[in-house]
Amino acid sequence: MTQGIYVIKENVRLAPSVYKMTLVGDTSACTATGQFVNILIDGLYLRRPISVHDYDEGSIVIIYKVVGAGTEKMAEMAVGQTLDVLVGLGNGYDTSKSGDSPVLIGGGVGIPPLYGLCKKLVEEGKTPSVILGFNKAEEIFCYDEFKALTDKVYITTVDGSVGTKGFVTDVLTGLDYSYFYTCGPMPMFRAINRVATTSGQLSFEERMGCGFGACMGCSCQTLTGYKRICKDGPVLEREEIIW
Amino acid sequence: MDNPIIPASGTFGFGYEFAELYDINCLGSFSFKGTTKDKRFGNPTPRIAECTEGMINAVGLQNPGVDKVISEELPRLKAVFNKPVMANVSGFSVEDYAYTVERLDGEEQIGWFEVNVSCPNVHGGGMSFGTDPEAAAEVTRAVRRVTKKPLIIKLSPNVTNIVSIAKACEDAGADGISLINTLLGMRIDLKTKKPVIANKMGGFSGPAIKPVGIRMVYQVYDAVKIPIVGMGGVSSAEDVIEYMLAGATAVEVGAANLINPYASRDIVNDLPRAMEKYGINSLSEIIGAAH
Repeated sequence: MTQGIYVIKENVRLAPSVYKMTLVGDTSACTATGQFVNILIDGLYLRRPISVHDYDEGSIVIIYKVVGAGTEKMAEMAVGQTLDVLVGLGNGYDTSKSGDSPVLIGGGVGIPPLYGLCKKLVEEGKTPSVILGFNKAEEIFCYDEFKALTDKVYITTVDGSVGTKGFVTDVLTGLDYSYFYTCGPMPMFRAINRVATTSGQLSFEERMGCGFGACMGCSCQTLTGYKRICKDGPVLEREEIIW
Repeated sequence: MDNPIIPASGTFGFGYEFAELYDINCLGSFSFKGTTKDKRFGNPTPRIAECTEGMINAVGLQNPGVDKVISEELPRLKAVFNKPVMANVSGFSVEDYAYTVERLDGEEQIGWFEVNVSCPNVHGGGMSFGTDPEAAAEVTRAVRRVTKKPLIIKLSPNVTNIVSIAKACEDAGADGISLINTLLGMRIDLKTKKPVIANKMGGFSGPAIKPVGIRMVYQVYDAVKIPIVGMGGVSSAEDVIEYMLAGATAVEVGAANLINPYASRDIVNDLPRAMEKYGINSLSEIIGAAH
């Protein structure tokens, strides 16, 4: 983890309430995809943890949904403004267990961290499939970005306006895959756990105090002991979760 | 202690998360994560709620239990911190407190015990030990019997008369008083129309509570002869000076560590500047100077 000052290079709306922000600064603390950053916002006491969509040597891209006071303020931030950010938080996804043809399953605002993961898996010579779940057509974001990485990108919408009508599991049950990676809401995790045929990794969300393992605000119980979502997670393995 | 800055229990773990970031030997000491007789997971999540200039937590004393603290945490702590550490101890009965302190007493690196009497007494209808002078004194006496190390009793601010409780602890053999623990608070989510944290209520900390801490340190300083460790909302060198003027000999930094992981180190480094600004030659000269 490092603490640093980052310059906003881009802050654009991708879909209703969903924004993409690019932060320029030191990324030496980023060690895996699926990690998160914790952003200090003027006038608010606690930092806001946001998952990393993608990063390179000099910038970090995050995609966030406006859900409360912190993300409302973020959506109004201007290019050129600076932010105090803790970078390189959490364990991130482990790609060594993926096999040759893993499936990445994202639900709504859980989709962003899977992009960096997908890129990494492709770089490692693997052929990932991607299932992106939304409620309706106008909520869709990031499809083209994933499509540029792999041909196998499937969309599901609850109302059937685009792609398969229904949920991510409606596509998952028809796929062959070596492993799964997912990020999204808990009901989606439960549905995936009911039908998935392989091991996998799930990225969890929890209200945090510090984001770096000091306060025990985001602890959960697992079959392998107590874990802090912020430090020992946010990615946990399917086999250690108490369903 | 070579400086009066001590990260507060529950905001600094056993030090390692911070030792990855800076050399924590620059601190006066630190108060490690509240330790109990048995291992505790604590409360369900969400455990954290934000407030204006502060936060509420209901972690519920998650800790690995005193045996694991001795066998795993203290050896790891020793590798990153070479000064005496403050052992924060909690319990749910008088016997619990005495057991845990007695188990820890032989640990060489423990320089002080900080006994948190804000816990509910399971044999006393769940009322906190720290809300009743006699119950707080009983804990103090029981712990006093099992250790010769300096014994600091950490008081709850959720009381009508903090002075009577501080005096009762002093009379029962405490070597120091630390205050304040968190204020009991609550937030309700307007969207779900339910409490934000699963435990409904929790401990309110952060800059918003500083005036309460200053007031209580000031009152207790007038009433006891033993040293006071002041805390509540400390996030700058100026805050440290204010607590010392109220009567604190040392000052703990709590929630600020969670927002800025370098907060305690930054305060240590910034103290000389703040002292010069306010014409202070030596911090020991200003203890209680506001009286």
